[in-house]
Amino acid sequence: MAGARGLALKRPSAIPGFGLALGFTLTYLSLIVLIPLAALVLKAATLGFSGFWEVVTGPRTLAALRLSFFTSLYAAAVNAFFGVIIAWVLVRYRFPGRRLFDAFVDLPFALPTAVAGIALTALYAPNGWIGSLLAPLGIKVAYTPNGILIALIFIGLPFVVRTVQPVLEEFDRELEEASATLGANRRQTVFHVILPSLLPAILTGFALALARAVGEYGSVIFIAGNIPMVSEIAPLLIVIRLEEFGYAQAAAIGTAMLMISFGILLFVHLVQAYARRRFGQ
Amino acid sequence: MSDAAVAPLLVTKPRGLAVTTERGPVRIVLIAVGVIFLALFLLLPLAAVFVEAFRAGLSAYYASITEPDAVAAIKLTLLVAAIAVPTNLIFGLAASWAIAKFDFRGKSLLNSLIDLPFSVSPVISGLIYVLLFGLQGYLGPWLQSQNIQIIFALPGLVLATIFVTFPFVARELVPLMQEQGTQDEEAALSLGASGWQTFFRVTLPNIRWALLYGVVLCNARAMGEFGAVSVVSGHIRGKTNTMPLHVEILYNEYNFAAAFAVASLLALLALVTLVIKVALEWRYADQIAASRRH
Repeated sequence: MAGARGLALKRPSAIPGFGLALGFTLTYLSLIVLIPLAALVLKAATLGFSGFWEVVTGPRTLAALRLSFFTSLYAAAVNAFFGVIIAWVLVRYRFPGRRLFDAFVDLPFALPTAVAGIALTALYAPNGWIGSLLAPLGIKVAYTPNGILIALIFIGLPFVVRTVQPVLEEFDRELEEASATLGANRRQTVFHVILPSLLPAILTGFALALARAVGEYGSVIFIAGNIPMVSEIAPLLIVIRLEEFGYAQAAAIGTAMLMISFGILLFVHLVQAYARRRFGQ
Repeated sequence: MSDAAVAPLLVTKPRGLAVTTERGPVRIVLIAVGVIFLALFLLLPLAAVFVEAFRAGLSAYYASITEPDAVAAIKLTLLVAAIAVPTNLIFGLAASWAIAKFDFRGKSLLNSLIDLPFSVSPVISGLIYVLLFGLQGYLGPWLQSQNIQIIFALPGLVLATIFVTFPFVARELVPLMQEQGTQDEEAALSLGASGWQTFFRVTLPNIRWALLYGVVLCNARAMGEFGAVSVVSGHIRGKTNTMPLHVEILYNEYNFAAAFAVASLLALLALVTLVIKVALEWRYADQIAASRRH
């Protein structure tokens, strides 16, 4: 960004349409996004601080928030691990069907969440393709918190792969050659040279998957079982409060979730700022 | 990109020097882990949709997607997308024009605000409009006195859909237009073209593939959105049920074959979306913004 602009709102330019484009953008942004989100916070504020705190730390809400956050955390961790392997395999190796698998990585972005939800439930139900294999082992997935984990892994996977993939593609091979020339074996090169420089991308992908998973609703509610205090996620609790006409309570839970999301985004921002300084990406 | 075409059916073709790749067995294990994970978590659920959809037979499948409530849901989904997508398209063009072609105060703030809806839970995306326009919402009493219904009606569905698909077009266009700069437009203007002529004849052709890319992704999300529309819909059969909501109702009534039949249409939409997306990425990689993440 160019620095000193003086006191003027914008730099002089020969291109027309600034006022119209910016005016329309700001109006639309305010009407669709900013004012409605402000209404959410405003509604939550009608409870007062102690009321807000009471709702958010009530046992059922706290259980739901905890379940949403920690299951999302586990799912994002699984995705970070397998996502890096998938990105690695897609970028570095050639094998039959590679292009097809590469294209399918985006499936969770394209497939409606409700469809994913019922499909995963059908697979992992006790009589489903996978569920019937796990049942004799005593592992229950559908209608338990395990099911939530499966759904969140499904929707979060592309975030890690698609964040790591481009960085790996751009990775300077000469660094690996230099490392090998200097006597490092392949494992040392991978773990001490390549992975550290992928770390910001991995963390970003992890955090994006986490942020998405915390708010996820459609793919989870079918497979979760939705038992209060056990397998009831925070977005579902919002819906339940809303159906009971507990508008302020719903808004309070929503505001708490927004704060969690923004915390995660702030983390992404800091990671990327660090990566720019450290690796110049 | 062309190396895939000449690659033999072997997993052992290293791209770089021997010292910059892994030994054969390690490669095979990694490929196996990646492929099995993708197959298990992505392909199997997709396959399950189609298998379950046709479980009750072809005629049951056909009946499920042609019964009046299903047809109403399909029509409503198309209608909502037909309003929400063009609206966000116009917004995307305006926002990217302002952000990419000009330098002004608060630009980076504006840029991050555009992405805001992506970090909001779908349920909250519906909730905010209920709080504004619902019967007990801030504007509810006034709307009722004017006999205007937004929540549990088409306008609410459209608003919630616009919110969740808000950033799609803009985020494809902004980086590309920033990369392209303003020389083309300045040249056109100095040769006497008007602002709109410059926009339609110079800018638009420059960004058409990225625009299509954004619209395709925006449309897929608009037609498939569940959480946000679920909150504002009221689930009135044949009236305010979009396809994903119709799937939910059928599923909760244990009418699994019909639920999966309607779901298979949505899965088909996802597949078509992926095909168009990949085709655009192949053919016009250089005319689509480098950022491919969502």
